[in-house]
Parts: sequence; structure tokens; C-alpha cells
Amino acid sequence: MLALKAENISKQYRLGQVGTGTLTHDLNRFWHQIRGKENPYLKIGDTNDRSSKGSSDYVWSLHDIDFEIEQGDAVGIIGRNGAGKSTLLKLLSKVTKPTKGKIYTNGRIASLLEVGTGFHPEMTGRENIFLNGAILGMTKKEITRKFDEIVDFSGVERYIDTPVKRYSSGMYVRLAFAVAAHLESEILIVDEVLAVGDAEFQKKCLGKMGDVTKGEGRTVLFVSHNMAAVNELCNTGILLDQGKVLIQDSIDKCIIEYQKKSGHISSYDKLNDNFAIENKNISINKYSVTPIEGNVLNVTSGARVKIEFTSKIKASTLDLSFYLRNSHEVTVMSTGIMVSSTGDDGEYSVVFEIPANTLNEDGYYFEMFWGINRSDVAFKTEAFGFEINGIRNQFGEIIKSPGVIFPIIKSTIKKL
Amino acid sequence: MNEQKWSNVIESKHSLFRLNLKEVWQYRDLVLMFVKRDFISSFKQTILGPLWFFINPILTTIVFTLVFGNIANLPTDGIPPILFYLAGNTLWGYFSTTMLSVSNVFAGNAGIFGKVYFPRLVTPISTIISSFMRLSIQLVLFFIVLGYYIYLGEVQPNYWAFFSPVLIIFLALFSLGLGMIFSSLTTKYRDLSLLLGFGVSLFMWFTPVILPTSLVKQKLGSYGYLADLNPLTPIFECFKFGFIGSGDFNMTRLLISFTFIIIVLFFGIVVFNKSEKSFIDTV
Repeated sequence: MLALKAENISKQYRLGQVGTGTLTHDLNRFWHQIRGKENPYLKIGDTNDRSSKGSSDYVWSLHDIDFEIEQGDAVGIIGRNGAGKSTLLKLLSKVTKPTKGKIYTNGRIASLLEVGTGFHPEMTGRENIFLNGAILGMTKKEITRKFDEIVDFSGVERYIDTPVKRYSSGMYVRLAFAVAAHLESEILIVDEVLAVGDAEFQKKCLGKMGDVTKGEGRTVLFVSHNMAAVNELCNTGILLDQGKVLIQDSIDKCIIEYQKKSGHISSYDKLNDNFAIENKNISINKYSVTPIEGNVLNVTSGARVKIEFTSKIKASTLDLSFYLRNSHEVTVMSTGIMVSSTGDDGEYSVVFEIPANTLNEDGYYFEMFWGINRSDVAFKTEAFGFEINGIRNQFGEIIKSPGVIFPIIKSTIKKL
Repeated sequence: MNEQKWSNVIESKHSLFRLNLKEVWQYRDLVLMFVKRDFISSFKQTILGPLWFFINPILTTIVFTLVFGNIANLPTDGIPPILFYLAGNTLWGYFSTTMLSVSNVFAGNAGIFGKVYFPRLVTPISTIISSFMRLSIQLVLFFIVLGYYIYLGEVQPNYWAFFSPVLIIFLALFSLGLGMIFSSLTTKYRDLSLLLGFGVSLFMWFTPVILPTSLVKQKLGSYGYLADLNPLTPIFECFKFGFIGSGDFNMTRLLISFTFIIIVLFFGIVVFNKSEKSFIDTV
């Protein structure tokens, strides 16, 4: 049985400042309406591409989207920033209406675009549980019934009669998520809300959400940039790109496609992955990034990059150079490696290391060049990348420190 | 092609008059929680707490009595000035605070509205109830003062006093209707919110809060009918007539005013419903 079906949904947004020209546009729209004509501003509109300057003030954040979701599925909605993920969630959770199209749903929808919506700082934890629960659509009876469970899940029992403005941010999120986690609904919509909170609690939340889909047969729609979490929670996926559904398939396929699209393939094996990264000169066989120390790729682990390829040309020299860029397209570093000073064809394996305590938490990708004869580019790709995870700071929280690099700063302290 | 039954359809268009009161009823607990929130947030960390409900009208009435009664020597239709200003103030306070806070519903709750769906009508309704609680406390004060003057024999209430709940309901509906219109318009045109605070205080002078209708009419001369155009005037006059036994009260005008209020309310609902669906894109 289907839990949800979207038919041709589109959402148009107006760019720039709403205000200047609003009245004239409204009047023009009204004038078309009374003559029985179509809204003139619906015909125009660019696809939502941030980087290029469009010709119109209106953009389609979502354009003619169709999909169906089976009941009990956990669907990961992925895509780059601006692909339309949040807009889709907003439409599904009825926060705003689609410009065109219809969405059919079956059963109660609970949406969690943010934890702690409507929390009032002056009210106590207890009062806020009731307020937030009511905002999310629970009745007082339901909340009373689940109250102990919620408090227990949140782990802030001691502070339950203290105004939440005295809570630490962690406690605040715990309490807020606890309320949301106990919502009873057939369809649960979750935006990337788990970015805050400590690792233990994040795990607990993911676990709770996992229970929701696997145990209780609920349908979950989950938006996240955290591919590990998406992979763990979801069984199917929808990949959005520039307001359109690129593919709807199993979550694995969606993630691979997403990484290909965003230039972040963190591992590749020609034998297993059914796409080739090659041209007539160079063909990539394998690519992997592993931590030098430990088993998680993070700020302190360093990264060992291994790339295997086949060179199909003979040249006088063969080298591999790369620019390393972060998610903000900042070139963090660049270097060149001489692969062969004789330039023979055949298979090569190149391993290089990016030292620990260098890169800050972020997503990175390589712009790689295979150069021959010290002048010509034989092959160029931006397909590969990796993700550096954060580490706990001295307070035990995983919060990204600002900055491109994250070196160890030596300090000497003396009390004078 | 749709063999399956769907419990809900989200689409771009919906009826302007569909109020969805059933859904609001399902969210009745939320209405109460919002009322509680308003109450708690106004008096947290104050020493006097809800006593401020009293202090406010007392101080205003004293100032009005001194300035307009004693210094400016404005007539009060033969009613003891304190009672005249207190009655006007209590009603006006209810109207203006309700109207202003309802008109702020979209702008003030954008954070919540942008993140979660519930029938938006819940917010104005809870606003009306919160200010109604405040009004009831202030009415207690009014009745105490009224009792004192009845004891002195200076005023004589009549049966119209029992009509006052109806008056208050229409006052609430009027502030709701106007507030909804303004709240919907201010989502796009912020100019209105600036104009509104100003407009409300100006409007007070056309309502018999400080100036009795008789005086306004007398001063306006042949334009005296303008005073009757204000739908609040008959309500205020009827209220004073019932409790204090004087005032320029006329049944026809009251009925016209009620009709006007219903029309405003209707219009408010339409505009509110229309902007509710996508205000979050423009706010």
C-alpha cells in the first residue's frame, strides 16, 4: 500500500527582496485572474541554480516532481544544497502549499523540521513538553500518558521543573527530541535535526528512529547530508537535483549517484561499481581513502589516499597532480607526484598521505590531473573526494570549529 | 487511477471559506497551551505578577481623570469621571490589545509556522482567550468601583447590563476580524504594521473612551453622523448605558454595528485563509 503519492508538484519562489514591486506584481496577477487568465508569473522561472545568474526573478525550487512511497519504507531524501530537499519537506509537512500539483497522503503526518519548535524559554521543562507536544499535534491525554517515557528518554529528569532557559543547549535538544520521538503518526518527516547533541544521544536518536521504521511499520522520510546516517536508517532513497527527481531507487544506488554527482566518491572499484571513470588515456581501477591511524577518518587520523589506474599511452613522463578543495570550493592545497619518469603504459598504484591535524572537519574533493611529457593533460577528473569527520572538543561536544585547517597549537601556560 | 483511498490531499488551492473548525477542535489542547504560555510569559520574574492586570487600568484611569476630567474639564455625560474612564478603558484595552496581537499572528509566529503545521486559526483564537482572561480580571476591578458608586447612589444599572456579554463577544469578533485582515496584509506589506500602532491610538479618539459621543457630535456639527460610523461606538455606549445608566444608546445603531462586525469577520476569515497557505514564503 502506498503511504504517499506526489503528483506534478512544483514550488515557485520569488528571488530578491519581497517588497519592491510586490504590489505591481500582485495587481498584475489579480488583473489576469479576473480576466480568467493564468497567473503570468507561473510561466516564467528558472531552474534553481545558485551559481549562475538567472534571467528571471522567479525560480522553481521544485519542478514537476512525481514519486510514490510505500507504507513502511524509510526514505532518504538526498541532494546537494538547493536541490529542493527542504522545500519538499515543507510541502509534505503542510507548512507551505505547492504552487502546482497534489500530494496524497495516508494517515497522520508528523514533521520534525526542527526540534523544540515553540519551546518557550520561560516555561519549565514539564510545561514545554506539553506545549511542544501540542504544537506537534498530540493531545494532552496522549502527552500525559507518555510523559514519564519522554522524561526518561531525555535524561533531564532533575531539571524538569526548571525553566528551559537555564538548560544547557544539549539538554534543550535532548528534551525537544524526546518529545518528538514519542509522536504517534503513520508518516514521520525528519529534517537534519540531529546535528546537535553529543554522540551518545545522536546514536540514541538514530536508534529510536530506526525502531520507528523497522519495528512499528511507520513510513519515515529523512533528509540528511550525513550519508552514513542515511545509509543506516533508510532502505530507499530519492535523489533530488535542481528541483527534479534524479532517481528514486534503493538507498545504495542513490548514495552512489549522489556522490558521483557531487564529486565525492569516497571509494571506487571498477569491478564492483558499474560505471567507468576513464578516457582514452587513463582508466581508474580503484580509489580509496583510509585513516592513517585509528579507523575513522577524522581531524586527528590523517588520510591515506590510494589510487590505482591503468595508463594506456606511452609518453616520456607521467605525473599525477591534484588540487584539494573543500566544500566551499576553497583550494586547500595542491601538489604533484611524479609517477613514472619513463612514461610506460600499464597499471600503477599511487599512495599518498595527508598528514593528521591538518584538515578541519569538512567534505573535500580532488581535482586530479594526469600529466604527460611535463606539459599535456592526459586525463582530468573531479570525481574523488573524502569526508573528514569532527572530533570532540575539550567539552566532549562534536562541534565544528571554524577554519579551513585544524593544526595542533602548542601552548605554554604559566601563572604569574 | 486512484483505487487507493487517501486520508489527506495537499494541493495548491483550497476553499476560501473553509474554516476547518473540526481541525481546530482537534487542536483544542494547543489553544489552551498557548493561553497558558501567554500568561506565564507575561508575568515570569515579576513580583506583582497578575496584579499588573489591575495596576495598568488603575493608573490609566487616574491619569485620564486628572488630565481630561480635572485639567481639561471634559464632560462625561454626568457619569462619575472615574467610572466613565474605567469603563471606556477596560473595553478599549481589550479591543486594542486583542486586535494588535491578532494582527501580529503571522509575523510574530513565523518561527513556529515555518516549521510545523497546525491550523493557523488556533493562534488568533488563543490570543482572544488570553486577552479575555485579562479582561475578566479587569472587569472585577470595574465591578468593585461600580459597586461603590451604586452604594453611593450615583449610578443606576438597568437590565441592559445583562446584555454586556453579547457586547463583549462582538467586541472580540471585531478585533479578531480586523486583526486577521491586518495580519494577512502585513505578511507582505510591512508598512501596515507601522501604520497600525499609530492608527489604533488615533482610532481611540473616535471611540467614546475619553470623549463622550455627545461631545464629539456636538463639535462635529453637521458631520455628527461620522461618529455613528464607528462600529465600536454603539457597543461602548450600550455597555455604559447598561451599567451606569447613561449614554447615547440606540438599538438600530447597535444592530448596524453588529452586522458590520460580522462582515468584517467574514472578510477577515477569507483573507486569513488565503494568506495562511503560503505566507511563509513572503514573511
